[in-house]
Amino acid sequence: MTTMTEHLFYKTATELSALLEKKEITSVELTKAFIERTKATDDSVKAFLSYDEADALAQAEASDKRRAEGKPLSALDGVPVSLKDNMAVTGQPHTCASKILEHYVSPYDAHITEQLKKAGVVLWGRLNLDEFAMGSSTENSAFQTTANPWDLERIPGGSSGGSAASLAAGQTPLSLGSDTGGSIRQPASLCGIVGMKPTYGLISRYGLAAFASSLDQIGPFAHTIKDVALLLGIIAGHDRRDSTSYKTEIPNYVEALESKKGPWTIGVPKEYFGEGLDPEVKASVEKAIAFYKDQGCTIKEVSIPKLDLALPTYYIIATAEASSNLARYDGIRYTHRSEDTKNAIDVYFKSREEGFSEEVKRRIILGTYVLSSGYYDAYYLKAQKVRTLIREDFMKAFESCDVLITPTTPTTAFKRGEKSADPLQMYLSDIYTISVNLSGLPGLSLPCGYSSEGLPIGLQLIGKPYEEAELLSIAHAFESAHDYSAKHPEL
Amino acid sequence: MAEDKNSIDIDYVANLARIDLSQEEKDRFQKQLGDVLVYFEKLSAVDVEGVEPMAHPFPVYNVLEEDVVEEGFTAEEALMNAKHQRNNQVIVPKVVE
Repeated sequence: MTTMTEHLFYKTATELSALLEKKEITSVELTKAFIERTKATDDSVKAFLSYDEADALAQAEASDKRRAEGKPLSALDGVPVSLKDNMAVTGQPHTCASKILEHYVSPYDAHITEQLKKAGVVLWGRLNLDEFAMGSSTENSAFQTTANPWDLERIPGGSSGGSAASLAAGQTPLSLGSDTGGSIRQPASLCGIVGMKPTYGLISRYGLAAFASSLDQIGPFAHTIKDVALLLGIIAGHDRRDSTSYKTEIPNYVEALESKKGPWTIGVPKEYFGEGLDPEVKASVEKAIAFYKDQGCTIKEVSIPKLDLALPTYYIIATAEASSNLARYDGIRYTHRSEDTKNAIDVYFKSREEGFSEEVKRRIILGTYVLSSGYYDAYYLKAQKVRTLIREDFMKAFESCDVLITPTTPTTAFKRGEKSADPLQMYLSDIYTISVNLSGLPGLSLPCGYSSEGLPIGLQLIGKPYEEAELLSIAHAFESAHDYSAKHPEL
Repeated sequence: MAEDKNSIDIDYVANLARIDLSQEEKDRFQKQLGDVLVYFEKLSAVDVEGVEPMAHPFPVYNVLEEDVVEEGFTAEEALMNAKHQRNNQVIVPKVVE
């Protein structure tokens, strides 16, 4: 472990923004620094599925011109941002790490892409993920396995493993991921960075390849809470093309960080601290709780009695929605089409067989089963009702608390291949994050310590619906009193 | 359908999902998904009498807007990823005999 913030590629987006503003650096210079860092490290990290250097440098030149004319589009004008490869950018690949979309090029921009372009950021590379965001280790990518920059033998988490690993490796100062059951918070935790899943509906899903529509949310990865606040302010907001997009005033999240000071009432749900929680992770989270207590916060034990039902509920709902969403990849219009077909129906069967890898097939089969005639009531409808009960548990806890504090993951990053043979064990690594998606709440993970092996440990903070400003403030209070965000892996 | 309630009739479901599976995949899924279904049994004991099912975390009801004509994709854009095409149409194998 070493501190390398003196390197340009480990500066925060806020610092880079200030350097650009003071004309101490150009966007072309810093974009080149990230390109070089990526080339120097990505043979071992394998975070990127693709990137276009010339395009990134052209965007950087345009940004420098705007800044020279005194007309930057936002604080992040000229700062690189990389996207998980399940978000649409016109003219760029959009593979979802699946062979079925290996040669697909997007004809349009996602809502978040439009927002980022309006802010003048440099859209840098396309980041690896578990195929269609289905997984917790990024081992399910059809193209490559991403490594954890803290220990290349270990997984970076998933499904947004590329987004987290690239940030931790200094290959991009900001990235976006998507979180259906923990796919932002879990890799952020395992890679020692900050990752946030906002409230369901805060960020438009238009242009995000759908996995489980009632659970999916896009969110930012960054080195600091302030950087997350900066990026969130750019991508949040109503969009009529997503019918679940929520109409709400978007506050200035960066200003809110300093203005909201607490003291807060912090709920500790006892169910998160039971069996299966690694003692080192537990000790780090308890130290964080003690910190808040020292700051004058009220610590309150609360209960989420239905928490043990979250995992089965999640896997019924997520696979059911996935089986329906992935029906569009049919081999006909824009996907891979099998050459080995006898008739039209065969195109579906063979193209999907050849295009999807094993985990995706497994989930489509499970999802199709729970929705099939005779099983719908017992599984899908039942799960939707239990989902209501889980959300009620959380809303009851929030009657007396401002925020809930938990570990993000039960353990630190596991070794590659360790859980890939047993889907159920892999699913259990999301045990602390999925209930937040089921309940639609905002949640974030930030670093709160390191294990004796030097692996990062993450703290999860769960907020009230659409209270991102407060959630970020509470996280900022912890972060500014510690130096975890300045620590980076040696690569 | 298979008799055992924790056993999936893989052939039947794979047909519904329009996916060909290898024999190896079928055997593996049979076992793995059987385990997952046992895990799902946790839900069967929960009393959900009178509980409303939740389709979305927040109540968003019908979202309506004016029916206004807008620019969409051109035929070229819409078909830019269709490998088999002619005259702005997607070619498929013969469907009607």
